[in-house]
Amino acid sequence: MHGIVKTFPGVRALDGVSFEVVAGEVHALVGENGAGKSTLMKILAGAQPADSGEIAIDGGVVAIDGPKTAERLGIGMIYQEFNLVPDLGVIENIVLGVEPRSGFFLDRAGAAREAARVLAELGIVLPLDRTARRLTVAQQQLVEIAKCLARKARLIVMDEPTASLTDRETDALFALIATLKAQGVAFVYISHRLEELPRIADRVTVLRDGAAIETRPIAAMPQEDLIRLMVGRALENHFPELPPVADGAATVLHVSDLAADGAVPVHDVVFDVRAGEIVGLAGLVGAGRTDIVRAIAGADVPLRGEVAVDGARVVVRSPADAIRAGIALITEDRKGQGLVLGMTVRENTTLAHLQAFAHNGFIDRPAETAATNEKIAELRIRTPSSEQTVRNLSGGNQQKVVLAKWLIGRARVFLFDEPTRGIDVGAKAEIYALMVELLRQGAGIVMVSSELPEVLGMSHRVLVVRGGTIRAEFARGEATPQKVIAVATGVAA
Amino acid sequence: MKPAVEIKPAAEVKAVLDASAGEVAAKKRRAATIRTVSLAAGFIAVILVVNVLAHGNFLEPGNITNILRQITVNAIMAVGQTFVIITAGIDLSVGSLIALTSVVMAQVSNALPFGGAGNFVVTVLAVIGVGAFAGYINALPVVKLGLPPFITTLAMMQVARGLAFILAHGQPIPLHASAAFDWLGTGYLLSGIPGFPGVPYAVLVMAAVAIVFSVLLGRTAYGRYVLALGGNEEAARLAGINTGRVKTLVYVISGGCAAVAGVLLTARFASGAPQNGSGYELQAIAAVVVGGTSLMGGRGSIVGTFFGALLIGVLYNVMNLLHVESYTQLIVLGVVILLAVVLDQLRKRYLAR
Repeated sequence: MHGIVKTFPGVRALDGVSFEVVAGEVHALVGENGAGKSTLMKILAGAQPADSGEIAIDGGVVAIDGPKTAERLGIGMIYQEFNLVPDLGVIENIVLGVEPRSGFFLDRAGAAREAARVLAELGIVLPLDRTARRLTVAQQQLVEIAKCLARKARLIVMDEPTASLTDRETDALFALIATLKAQGVAFVYISHRLEELPRIADRVTVLRDGAAIETRPIAAMPQEDLIRLMVGRALENHFPELPPVADGAATVLHVSDLAADGAVPVHDVVFDVRAGEIVGLAGLVGAGRTDIVRAIAGADVPLRGEVAVDGARVVVRSPADAIRAGIALITEDRKGQGLVLGMTVRENTTLAHLQAFAHNGFIDRPAETAATNEKIAELRIRTPSSEQTVRNLSGGNQQKVVLAKWLIGRARVFLFDEPTRGIDVGAKAEIYALMVELLRQGAGIVMVSSELPEVLGMSHRVLVVRGGTIRAEFARGEATPQKVIAVATGVAA
Repeated sequence: MKPAVEIKPAAEVKAVLDASAGEVAAKKRRAATIRTVSLAAGFIAVILVVNVLAHGNFLEPGNITNILRQITVNAIMAVGQTFVIITAGIDLSVGSLIALTSVVMAQVSNALPFGGAGNFVVTVLAVIGVGAFAGYINALPVVKLGLPPFITTLAMMQVARGLAFILAHGQPIPLHASAAFDWLGTGYLLSGIPGFPGVPYAVLVMAAVAIVFSVLLGRTAYGRYVLALGGNEEAARLAGINTGRVKTLVYVISGGCAAVAGVLLTARFASGAPQNGSGYELQAIAAVVVGGTSLMGGRGSIVGTFFGALLIGVLYNVMNLLHVESYTQLIVLGVVILLAVVLDQLRKRYLAR
């Protein structure tokens, strides 16, 4: 790719980006949210046209005018949110769009053979009789990779492939990438998990503000350099200093005997959060951490149990009950659950507390705008104005709008579910600093995170969840990765 | 609270944003005005051409009030339908609800022991109650069981029509108990001024309904909740919005609007007939869609819907003036609906770039 330029209304998303990938290489692409990674990827996939610049494959300049063209040119895309048809089987998904036919009819045996060939090439086993909906996230990802190969892809672009994988699944994925590399397949690997890059990437290109800042072999790019290049300033410490919880600090949130039938059933959940304290919920994906905070916030209605905020018992039957009691849930899935993408920054920011801006049901728009502008400034949300549609913001800025929505109210308890997933280091640091600020104001925080360093670095206490309930508690000093993992995996009680 | 990471003082950033807030709002208003004005200008241009073709008959004051009166029923139904469609739902029952409310209206009015204004008020309130209650029944399975609104309102469409026929024994019921209905059906405000035909009362009712619901949608918390629910129901629920109640009310509004439309239709013909309103639900949906409301939910306006209904009404009127055969009229209308939506899509795509 050479000199790629792309502008959106009010934003120059890409400003002359050039980079190259050689066969059999894993080329990592890193950058803060809004640096232009997604846009670059969409141009490569033919989902959006570039304004100017050229793309060459094997030395020949090509025009990618649509997804079909990209596919024909051997470019495969694996987005963070997969593109599988949930109710079709594994085989049907792999050959989707390139189905073998016999005359007018689908050739089912041929499809099965093709899928088997691709899977054998990858050396992986998948339950072929299942629909995509019933596969695990890791299995769905494998289907995506198989799909690329069935289309004879020679360059595969992966966006945050390890975001929702366990460590073991990540190892398997890396082994698979290595196999394909040996066969000459090239990868563009987009990730925020900088620590995994040395394991997988050959070279790395840093994007910042729509420009490619630097490309280096990964061996010559220490993590500190990488971060400095990404944010354009040095970030000396990843996690901020946590202020100690005051002796005799009051209990802000009390939870006992909580049970709920969410996606993962939870039971017998008991814990307290004191003012100025962050309690981290660690555990494997599917352990029930998200379900615990969802039950507290009324997103799933609890079957039984007691929740008290500042000592006052709260009956939580709906999210509205929890919000009224001062409980704010910042969900993991911001597009699906956190934001109305078609609405403006202002409309999203005030949505959960609209009554505070309404007189006799009529909305006071100037008051809304003033409150929103205050949050835009405070959280440094990069948006031209409060009237920008949230869909047009980058991921990190969207997450900040979600935060703005909950900061508007005077919540006492903040439940953060994966607050920094898919967010760049700069925005991460801002969110950590914000949490500390909330502590200073006397709030209590519960944080669910799949990133162990984050849980250990940002919690006063760590609770380890397995099988829908809390199995162990570690104070900040005694929580080590080994101990937490041992409990999370069931090796230790 | 202090900013998370200091770059520029938050107060400074806020000052800049606040200073430009008026400008941003003005820009938005300007864009909206330009849209409305250009729409109106296009309308007027077409109308002038048509007027020449129709030898000046089109712009007769009498014809214009005629058009406005003809669109009242559809426009009022479409206003209610707009709320439903913004939540990504659909209400197929409104045509049959016109029949049901029409029959109920004639029966209630004739059964009351008193006439005059009292008869009028009680009857109208009862009829709106019936429409709103039908809307509530429409909403129940949607909200409680998560059934698709297409199904529940399709069922109500059959039930209400059947009920109307049973209540009326299949025959139209003459409406004669109160003179107030004649005023509403055929009367004009300010009809005494020479050269001015006056404004039909029915048109005033339409204007009132459109204004009230336009304000409800655009200016109130409830309206914002309707739009938010249509845009992302789960996000709205987690923001503490009682999505069940918001949704229920949307169908109640649609049923209530259908009842008002039924009252106007019945008053106009002085008769409550179970055959009334057949196929009207599709006309209402057409007006909403032509007016730029998205069937996917989350976006729409009452002003747009009004223009949609007006466009369809003008079209019928023009074709009648030009003696276009009624079969051809159907084809033209179909093409216009499609064109309107295509143009709206193109406009959006242009703006997105």
